[in-house]
Amino acid sequence: MAEAALPPPRRVHWQSLLKEAALAAGVALVLAVPLVGFETINVNAVLGLRTRFGWVAIGVAGVFAGRILLGAARSLMPERRYGAPRLLLGRRHTTLAATAAIIFALALPFLPFSSRYLVDLATTVLIYVMLGWGLNVVVGLAGLLDLGYVAFYAVGAYSFALFAQWFDLSFWEALPLAGLLAASFGIALGFPVLRLRGDYLAIVTLGFGEIVRLVLLNWVPVTNGPNGISNIPRPSFFGMPLTPHAPHGITTFSAFFHVPFNPGQRIGFLYYVVLALALVTNVFTLRLRRLPIGRAWEALREDEIACRALGINPTTIKLSAFAIGAMLGGFAGAFFATRQGFISPESFTFIESATILAIVVLGGSGSQLGVVLAAIVLVTLPEFGRGLAQYRMLLFGAAMIGIMIWRPRGLMARREPSLRLHPPRRGGG
Amino acid sequence: MSGALLEVEHLSMRFGGLVAVDDLSFTARDREITAIIGPNGAGKTTVFNCLTGFYRPGIGRLSLHRGERRFLLERMDGFRIARDAGVARTFQNIRLFAGMTVLENLVVAQHQKLMRASLWSVGGLLGLPLYRRAEAEAMERARHWLDRVGLVERADEAAESLPYGAQRRLEIARALCTDPVLLCLDEPAAGLNPRESAELNELLLSVRAELGIGVLLIEHDMTVVMGISDHIIVLDYGRKIAEGKPDAVRRDPAVIKAYLGEEESEALPPEIARDLEHRS
Amino acid sequence: MAYFVQQLINGLTLGSIYGLIAIGYTMVYGIIGMINFAHGDIYMIGAFVSLITLLGLTAVGISGVPIALALTLVSAMLFTGAYGWAVERLAYRPLRRSFRLAPLISAIGMSIFLENYVQLLQGAQVKALQPIVRGGFTLMRSGGFTVEVSWLQVVILVLTVALMTVFSLFIAGTPLGRAQRACEQDMVMASLLGIDVDRTISTTFIIGAALAAVAGLMVTLYYGVIDFFIGFLAGIKAFTAAVLGGIGSLPGAMLGGLLIGLIEAFWSGYFSVEYKDVSVFVILVLVLIFRPTGLLGKPDVEKV
Repeated sequence: MAEAALPPPRRVHWQSLLKEAALAAGVALVLAVPLVGFETINVNAVLGLRTRFGWVAIGVAGVFAGRILLGAARSLMPERRYGAPRLLLGRRHTTLAATAAIIFALALPFLPFSSRYLVDLATTVLIYVMLGWGLNVVVGLAGLLDLGYVAFYAVGAYSFALFAQWFDLSFWEALPLAGLLAASFGIALGFPVLRLRGDYLAIVTLGFGEIVRLVLLNWVPVTNGPNGISNIPRPSFFGMPLTPHAPHGITTFSAFFHVPFNPGQRIGFLYYVVLALALVTNVFTLRLRRLPIGRAWEALREDEIACRALGINPTTIKLSAFAIGAMLGGFAGAFFATRQGFISPESFTFIESATILAIVVLGGSGSQLGVVLAAIVLVTLPEFGRGLAQYRMLLFGAAMIGIMIWRPRGLMARREPSLRLHPPRRGGG
Repeated sequence: MSGALLEVEHLSMRFGGLVAVDDLSFTARDREITAIIGPNGAGKTTVFNCLTGFYRPGIGRLSLHRGERRFLLERMDGFRIARDAGVARTFQNIRLFAGMTVLENLVVAQHQKLMRASLWSVGGLLGLPLYRRAEAEAMERARHWLDRVGLVERADEAAESLPYGAQRRLEIARALCTDPVLLCLDEPAAGLNPRESAELNELLLSVRAELGIGVLLIEHDMTVVMGISDHIIVLDYGRKIAEGKPDAVRRDPAVIKAYLGEEESEALPPEIARDLEHRS
Repeated sequence: MAYFVQQLINGLTLGSIYGLIAIGYTMVYGIIGMINFAHGDIYMIGAFVSLITLLGLTAVGISGVPIALALTLVSAMLFTGAYGWAVERLAYRPLRRSFRLAPLISAIGMSIFLENYVQLLQGAQVKALQPIVRGGFTLMRSGGFTVEVSWLQVVILVLTVALMTVFSLFIAGTPLGRAQRACEQDMVMASLLGIDVDRTISTTFIIGAALAAVAGLMVTLYYGVIDFFIGFLAGIKAFTAAVLGGIGSLPGAMLGGLLIGLIEAFWSGYFSVEYKDVSVFVILVLVLIFRPTGLLGKPDVEKV
């Protein structure tokens, strides 16, 4: 019996690497010349051209160097083991991180470095977190690629705005209705797409999202078209508005608590409202996942044919995923409307759907904490400098491609079973 | 005494110009293991697909008797056949829920019962004892079958990480968790080594004995077929060419010709002749 | 009557543009079974390259219409073809063995990337070009309405017909075309027979991108205004065209394109301009639900 041979020593094959890098640089040159090398500029209302060959040189050199680094790293790093990628965080650490995050979130407005601006930013993050968790039900759990999720967000927002306008409903009264209406839209979307697979399903949902947006834009008598709807009421604290004054007979928040009115109170209150909504969303989706419906969603994602063979009706499973995902999006939409005070179809474009999808994909479908991380990165990136703001979507697009290639299950994901027969192993899991 | 469980009458299935199954009739009885054999392309999996609602046959009646009720499978949706008629199946190419654990695969199989117990999730969300009891029962049932197929230790591992033979066993266990009256197995022994095939035989025999259900089986592995079948149906080019007990079928010249070809059937090589003798 | 004819001509012109883009979608779907979500943005890049080439040629004094157009055509097809090649190589090839939705998600990422790439490099404002091909002729007069056909429209229609002819001959006759059809039928078998599958797929992307580039050039000339976001809507419409005609069928793509162009022209001509985009989306949804194989496509059976 021969001894097992040692693996060949790892070294970089310079010749072939240089050739590959040269090829990559050549392609980069071709790609860069027209669009990077020339810039269209407006000269006295007429278009002119300006050259930027310096940039081309930089770009090509960058590609060349990058290719060499990548190739060298690949040759020198050990073989990747086949199997599940290593977790970024073990299971026990995840619970710890989650608890820490919740405590931090609860305390945020009162922390020393906090400011009105920061709380406002955190509110935006939480809206995206809610949307991400909602879309996660459809994409992550049920495996239905919905590219029109923004439609439900819009339905939630507009239904609250219109109910407030027509029936004088308050935020709290309209919230469940917004969710219900969004859920019905979810079912309405779900029915036609029942028999469609992956790619086609995605495109139809995208079409649906665009149809909703275009209707909102053009149905002026109802939605006021591109001008949107304003004067959307803000939520009250158990009936007490957070305003400096209130109509006769109603006590304001500041009057009740005997504190001087401060606009920051409303911002803080909105923050806690969305935090509460987000936490409820989280608990709700986590619980559903451990119930038969959640397992059925995941089974559907894994193999629809096997589901049928086990007596599971794919129709009800898909519709329930769409309905619940849509409902959660509707709640987020209603909150968005009340926070802004004003909505217009511009906020509900395909880019929003793609952004929410990016959050779910980057965070790792199925991972609650991953969605939070991805939302934080998305919202705060532009804050680290104006320059970065422009590159935000560019980086997100590139990141989506990168994640699919290197860590298709996202940054945080490894699937945690919804049921265990044996107690979990000690340690990080 | 076992009664007729599944009656197939004049089943025909064509795909465009190709006739996959041609006027097939047979009966699979309760408490019996019925095997469908035949060369590749004989239409065996097509029969299964018609029985389990994946194809709609052009002609034919498929009656499943469950207690007092009779289900006409040719008119039913696939999932209803599994849920209401109680026909469970496994697949030629193994269709497990790969990313889910072994245990979860078996619990998903008990979806209907659990859904009802959770009051369509409402009771589950509220943590009602009715649901918690049902979930515990489901896990017990799963544990029972995992034990029978020797997978208890691996209950919490991802189904895709199991070796091939274990995956096949898991798929059978999953089908059994649906509490079927008819278990349809599509090439359950494919890719199994002799020891695993023998274990499969034991499992199927004990299933038949304990649960009293019917088993319908497509197989190429003759040790399995001859070892455990009560009744064999032989197909060739979509038609039934022989039917009967294993001994009779084994010696049937039409069957030998279908498997070995015209010239060979005249003069069997001595090793094969000896081999066939050994299997009695 | 004359009004109808005018809309007909406008519709056919628009339809040719959609058809050229649709071919890219249908070819890629036929060979690797994925929707190249970034294809619309490749068309947008084609438009920008055309614009820049035209501006550049004018700057160096080449402004004679036929020669400028010919050079721009070549330039657009070359550079955009390179982009098409690069997109496949970077975003799709590594994912060939990955799970079902991975290439689509990657394609969406690539689409976002390309849109922002062009936006950052060329600015977010709309770019307007002075008309280059001017003039036309009067076709007919009826009921007080004059049907005008512009030379540009003639150029577009003729160019489309010419390209389609060359392209069909290519697919039917050359070894590369045969290799492509073989890969569409059965990729594994084709590779076993010695066909370089990677190269065939790359060629498919390059050709699709080149045709989209021609569409981009046409749009730049025809509408005179482009921006970094035109790929999105045009891409969806062209995809609708491909599906309507039958995904995987080349004549279907062109047929679908013409139909969509005609529908859009007649809708805005006779009903309302605002909802014309909605009409295309509704068609998309209806076709995918009720007749996913389209007009000329073949049904696709899943093996159990």
